[in-house]
Amino acid sequence: MTAGRGAGAHEALLSVEGVSLAFGGVKALTDVSFDVRKGEIRAIIGPNGAGKTSMLNVINGFYRPQDGRITFKGRTRSAMRPYEAARGGIARTFQNVALFRGMSALDNIMAGRTLKMHRGFFWQLIRFGPALAEEVEHRRKVEEIIDFLEIPQIRKTPVGRLPYGLQKRVELGRALAMEPDLLLLDEPMAGMNLEEKEDMSRYIIDANNHLGTTIALIEHDMGVVMDLSDRVVVLEYGRKIADGTPDEVKADHKVVAAYLGVPH
Amino acid sequence: MDLLYKIFLDPFVQMGAAPDLLVQTLWEGLVAGVLYALIALGYVLIYKASGVFNFAQGIMVVFAALTLVGVAARLRQWGVAPGDVAAYGALVLTALVMLGLAWGVERVMLRPLVNQPEIILFMATFGLTYFLIGFGELLFGGEPKVMITDDLHLPRGALEFKMLGGFVSLQKIDVAAAVIASIMVAALALFFQKTRIGRALRAVADSHKAALSVGISLEQIWVTVWFAAGIVALATGIMWGARSDVSFALQTLALKALPVLILGGFTSIPGAIVGGVIIGVGEKLGEFYWGPLLGSGIESWLAYVIALVFLLFRPQGLFGEKIIERI
Repeated sequence: MTAGRGAGAHEALLSVEGVSLAFGGVKALTDVSFDVRKGEIRAIIGPNGAGKTSMLNVINGFYRPQDGRITFKGRTRSAMRPYEAARGGIARTFQNVALFRGMSALDNIMAGRTLKMHRGFFWQLIRFGPALAEEVEHRRKVEEIIDFLEIPQIRKTPVGRLPYGLQKRVELGRALAMEPDLLLLDEPMAGMNLEEKEDMSRYIIDANNHLGTTIALIEHDMGVVMDLSDRVVVLEYGRKIADGTPDEVKADHKVVAAYLGVPH
Repeated sequence: MDLLYKIFLDPFVQMGAAPDLLVQTLWEGLVAGVLYALIALGYVLIYKASGVFNFAQGIMVVFAALTLVGVAARLRQWGVAPGDVAAYGALVLTALVMLGLAWGVERVMLRPLVNQPEIILFMATFGLTYFLIGFGELLFGGEPKVMITDDLHLPRGALEFKMLGGFVSLQKIDVAAAVIASIMVAALALFFQKTRIGRALRAVADSHKAALSVGISLEQIWVTVWFAAGIVALATGIMWGARSDVSFALQTLALKALPVLILGGFTSIPGAIVGGVIIGVGEKLGEFYWGPLLGSGIESWLAYVIALVFLLFRPQGLFGEKIIERI
């Protein structure tokens, strides 16, 4: 779409090779391989139950695949724990918003900074010297994110009280606060109206452009996917059926068949 | 008329007539309250971090106290000089045992239950309770033991004050209990409010998967919090044990913490203290001044009545987080 994104580098930030995942007899993913290049927006699409969320869960360590390898920033592994993934620079949002409901929007986004804080808890306790400076520094970062997402008015509101669209925005803020190398978005626009979708698209593009965050997202709205993404991978029944630029994928007869059915 | 007089006037006349007795009663209520608050604190810690009511907190108190007494006795048997060394050695060893317990609970109980509904975790704490009862009996036997109060240099005896035309006597052990409890509460409250780990604890309580996704290690958090609850249990065990025996009967005392929690709020550490004091003082005053009207025994149920009234008007407790539900 825009020039400058994914520019130069065709270097893979993440590559997934031959990943298979089953729950008992149910095969969620079968031999799926694809890669995400540094700086691009990569979409994962497919009909309901195609294994898209399972794929994200494998990437950030919620699920352990039975088979296959995942290489992230040059390190290969078959499974890692979620907090290790987070430490490695993978952030994510969830299909059905998972926020810390009792905490304010500010505290939720602050929670995203957990890994970046290093001062011992004793110093944090007495809020003195380096720990205070650290807290202030993180708070400044968080305020930048709040401005970026245009939510200063809800800073102190407990997130349980916010409307759905804003909750999604706070969740994005928490993920961005981690300053991730790879951001996984699970249906960032589900349940939103047109205006909210446009806003969210803008934040995603801005995050990609200005912050240089590599993004892998799942989305159902085809218009949005085709506009946003540099490359698209299509899953159906846990298998990859297509992979390429939006135009290539749109023209692929297997994809059309998966979405619309084939004439008999 | 006579009844109304006895309910609404007579008790206050008595209070005015013998202010030294009133002060004595208030003090006893305060001490009982602080001790309830200590138990409640153990519950609050775990509730904050895993959103689960830890049924095993009572037995953890007993288990910690039994371990302390048992280890001290064993050390003496092995010829470690009696007194200081054995007692403080036992204290350190018991803390280590509580750390081991926290680690075991995380490994065996909590980790396999990540992302399960809270009711399942709650049931698991029942399992833990019965395990600790059996395990404690196996190791230390079922008979009541005496807390090693002297070896730990806990003060004994009473301070007598001449005031208000009479005497007020404060047990030194009670004073010590109040001081220790206050320090613990202050430290824990700061810890939860002001540190990164504190924020992480609250995050874990709200959502496991979201906490994992921002890089919080559930394992580390849970071990930390169960260890903290174990240390609180140890302190509680020492204080309660010094006032009576160390026996399995102590665990029923833990139920007294329930009204305290309802009053103070399940998620608030200062709430545990204030709730404890209100319950403790309310109980003692009720028992002393209004008890005779009802043939006494008020002490055993008044707390629950207070809690019920609170549930009607402020279900989240005095300091609990507001309950917000979108529908």
